Amino acid sequence: MIAPFELVRAGSLAEALELLESDPEAHVLAGGTALVLLMKQGLLRPSRLIDIGGLAELRGIRMNGDLRIGALTTHLEAERSALVRRHCPALASCFGTVATVRIRAQGTVGGNLAHADPAQDPPPMLVALGAVAVLESGAGRREVPMEDLFVDVFETSIGPGELLREIVVPPLAEGARATYVKFLPRTEDDYATVSVGAVLRVDAGGRCADVRVALGSVGPTPVRARRVESALRGERVTPARLREAAMLVREEVDPIADARGSAAYKREMAGVWTERALRALLP
Amino acid sequence: MPAERLLSDLLRDDLGLTGTKIGCGVGVCGACTVLVDDVPVTSCLLLAAQAEGRSIRTIEGIADGDRLTALQRAFITEGGFQCGICTPGQIVSATALLERSAHPAEGEIRDWMKGNLCRCTGYYGILRAVRAAAEASA
Repeated sequence: MIAPFELVRAGSLAEALELLESDPEAHVLAGGTALVLLMKQGLLRPSRLIDIGGLAELRGIRMNGDLRIGALTTHLEAERSALVRRHCPALASCFGTVATVRIRAQGTVGGNLAHADPAQDPPPMLVALGAVAVLESGAGRREVPMEDLFVDVFETSIGPGELLREIVVPPLAEGARATYVKFLPRTEDDYATVSVGAVLRVDAGGRCADVRVALGSVGPTPVRARRVESALRGERVTPARLREAAMLVREEVDPIADARGSAAYKREMAGVWTERALRALLP
Repeated sequence: MPAERLLSDLLRDDLGLTGTKIGCGVGVCGACTVLVDDVPVTSCLLLAAQAEGRSIRTIEGIADGDRLTALQRAFITEGGFQCGICTPGQIVSATALLERSAHPAEGEIRDWMKGNLCRCTGYYGILRAVRAAAEASA
């Protein structure tokens, strides 16, 4: 069913980078839930996979002011991590909404991002949180803001020879609140019709001091809702103002029609769920 | 072993352990659930090579010989199955849940088990069985 390929196991990060450099056409195997499925379906026929699953240095979660999640950390580990829960409960619960527990136990945080499926849950949440992807290659290390990591459907700015090493999530500003909401009109384990990651900080005078909103499943990449953000920043946040601002997202998204709804329906729901997300963040 | 061998095929075809079922083949239905180092995974999306050196538990390894576990007995007494095709995956998933959390809250049971589909719509019986097994270990 799967076309034959060569499997090479990397024993260290340095070895993985060497292998990648010597064969830019090779694909990187982490948990495999997405990659193996694409191969089973014949959508991808790599001649060589570099298995990085055993690299301990890419695994685990630590704090140094910022939260740092190793690329090979599974979603289940991230969801249950006391560090993640303390740093940002909304991020922990976002990891907990990915597919099912089996997929979360197998699929990795880094693999999910590198796969760049626009219907996935963590990308919009991480964009809203201002997270950064740390990429490593033989030439060194570079940091890419999460929203610049995603270029198109299944396409990232991870270059040839580069490996996603970890993600860095800065702490929420004092008084800021975050949430992730997912509209699932069909079944609990489905992809979202639309999802919204949002961070809102309202100052003591009731004005919006800062806001970041990103949506999933309504465009080829996570969609940063800049019009919504501009309409709120500095303004007094009333339910009416929130609603008015949220509806601007309908002009920013670019959904496609599928079994989860027509493009027009998803556009409408993007407005509704952006409003719900922001309203949940009001003090 | 060829690199493209899936764990589910290795178990069923090479080792003859046909208790692990293949349902959807795309990671959705949960019929192929096995435990790798005590964690439930989708064996139809895992290359057998990825499991090298790790401990694999299938439905065949859940009971102690002919002695069923409390969970397996609860699936019988609570009517937790009809046709049975999803049952190995259900029991393997629920076994992992109860090993991690002896007395899971209702929401935890539902969240954990939602990746195991039952087309006979036996979900209430399955939930009763997991609850009963948790209570039995009190």
